[in-house]
Amino acid sequence: MLETKKIESHLNPTGSFDLADHPVPTGREEIWRFTPLKRLRGLHAEAEFAAPTSATEWNTPAGVRIEVVEGDEARALRGVSGLVPNTRFAARVLAEVPSTLLVDVPAEADVSEPIHVRVQGQDAGSAEAAHVVLRFGAHSRSVVVLDHSGHASLAQVVEVVAGDGAQVSVVSLQDWSDDAVHLTHHEASVGRDATYKHVAISFGGDVVRMDSNVHYAGPGGSAELLGLYFADEGQHIEHRLFADHNEPRTKSNVVYKGALQGQGAHTVWVGNVLIRQVAEGIETYEENRNLVLTDGCQADSVPNLEIETGEIEGAGHASATGRFDDEQLFYLRARGIAEAEARRLVVHGFFNDLIRKIGVASLEEKLMATVEDELSKNVLKDVTGDVTEVGV
Amino acid sequence: MSTLQITDLHVSVDTEDGPKQILKGVTLTIDDGETHAIMGPNGSGKSTLAYSIAGHPKYTVTGGSVTLDGEDVLAMSVDERARAGLFLAMQYPVEVPGVSVSNFLRTAKTAIDGEAPKLRHWVKDVNKALQDLNLDPSFGTRSVNEGFSGGEKKRHEIAQLELLDPKVAILDETDSGLDIDALKVVSDGVNRFRAKEGKGVLLITHYTRILRYITPDRVHVFVDGKIADQGGPELADQLEAEGYDKYLTKV
Ligand SMILES: Nc1ncnc2c1ncn2[C@@H]1O[C@H](COP(=O)(O)OP(=O)(O)O)[C@@H](O)[C@H]1O
Ligand SMILES: [Mg+2]
Repeated sequence: MLETKKIESHLNPTGSFDLADHPVPTGREEIWRFTPLKRLRGLHAEAEFAAPTSATEWNTPAGVRIEVVEGDEARALRGVSGLVPNTRFAARVLAEVPSTLLVDVPAEADVSEPIHVRVQGQDAGSAEAAHVVLRFGAHSRSVVVLDHSGHASLAQVVEVVAGDGAQVSVVSLQDWSDDAVHLTHHEASVGRDATYKHVAISFGGDVVRMDSNVHYAGPGGSAELLGLYFADEGQHIEHRLFADHNEPRTKSNVVYKGALQGQGAHTVWVGNVLIRQVAEGIETYEENRNLVLTDGCQADSVPNLEIETGEIEGAGHASATGRFDDEQLFYLRARGIAEAEARRLVVHGFFNDLIRKIGVASLEEKLMATVEDELSKNVLKDVTGDVTEVGV
Repeated sequence: MSTLQITDLHVSVDTEDGPKQILKGVTLTIDDGETHAIMGPNGSGKSTLAYSIAGHPKYTVTGGSVTLDGEDVLAMSVDERARAGLFLAMQYPVEVPGVSVSNFLRTAKTAIDGEAPKLRHWVKDVNKALQDLNLDPSFGTRSVNEGFSGGEKKRHEIAQLELLDPKVAILDETDSGLDIDALKVVSDGVNRFRAKEGKGVLLITHYTRILRYITPDRVHVFVDGKIADQGGPELADQLEAEGYDKYLTKV
């Protein structure tokens, strides 16, 4: 029988803005047990945040305000999404950042051109904190791409407020250099009947950990949380999702796909879904698939579904980690396609569906090319010849 | 010219309790331009024969030989066999998510020919092959075998046969699960292939009905990993009337 009374939620520990409530993690905590703390350069602990060395630039479509704000306006934005920090790094970022990058899309604005924010890290030796607020007015429609590259040790909080009926896509691209460390918390508040798409794409960096959370500010909101990651030798890439169904008739759909190659490549996916007692008639589905391309990799995949109500429309999850499917390779090779080429087709196919779901045309081609680059490092080392066009 | 020669083929499959012998000495030659039917009850080893010729890694050849125009097929990798001119239409075609039919077909054609097909002709050829098999042109954008109906999968196999144009085609129960219209469409496709110069066909089937549309030169009855009987097309009629019982009781 389903538990219908209020239960203590372990997925949803009470947060706090007070740093004193956040001791330095030891690695034994549930939410830190997969993360290699020693490689975080103290971002989770006491690292001193220096003045930012990374360069940030953006385009400003008509009608949109994008600005680095300070003082009272910045202070008022801390926690604007309803975020109450549940990690020390998020609490420190909100306590210490002097300024906030604000993207403000007015109500009913229909912004067709994607807002592209480029963060170019310059110095991995200097710890940085950043606070980004993406505020989307009611019934507005827009796409924001946060594009991270270069060298950095970055602790970051991204807050998203999607107003009632807004249609919002937020894409966060982690295409760092090999020396980068990036801890980031994305918190989204999804308004009544709003549609929120969040896409996490992580390729580069020594350690990337993203907590992507969503909660609802009214009934009828819908969240699609997509992720694509590719971990190479020695890389740690961790994605933690939390869909907090705190309103009735809300939806969440989580699909994350990753590939791993090379000694010590480690990926972590933790998908937490909480269906609160008030959240009747919700639908949730989460899926994580990992493709292990070589020996010596580890993919951890942990779906968690916590239910406080019995009145659910649908709830499901799937998690699968595997190597190449021999039957698929046989089928392709039985049509004359050489083994390495067959592997390339299968990996492209694996990511293809997801890339098409992102819905940002300018990104799709770039992502396909990035997948191709990643493949050429290992699986396809000995394949020569033209890049096969993928898709239609 | 194309001759597929199978001589005293012994094959085992890896199971949890170790290797299990399935083919127990199969000898069969498909001469230039011939169509041979293999008929036999479920579990007699028909698919094992087909997969072994194509080189599926699950099967181990423990004896015998297979040659195509004198070349040692068993020494070739799976894709080399296909490039040498062998084609296997599978009983259970495999889904390849995210890989579109058109990309798959073009990649296969490029691999087989050793060069990319000329775009103008290729698009026309693909559209014609799909149309001939009663497949919608939008088929090209779908992922290979994903969400296809049973009939679509089989028709897609025959569309590949027409486009890739091998020397010898092995059709593993391509007729199973087809309604009468689809059966005719598929048979027409196979007959177009046979009409070309020197093409060999090994037609594996459980039922006789496809042999009303595709007349074989030879019929082999397959029982317990061996050929139990062989004859001309009339043998199929006899099987239709009497079934496999007389061969089974002998075992
Ligand atoms: N992977 C396998 N493991 C165990 N037995 C197998 C395996 N594959 C085939 N077999 C056995 O081999 C025999 C022949 O199978 P198959 O070649 O598929 O027959 P057919 O195609 O004539 O129905 C059957 O008894 C089947 O159970
Ligand atoms: Mg069979």
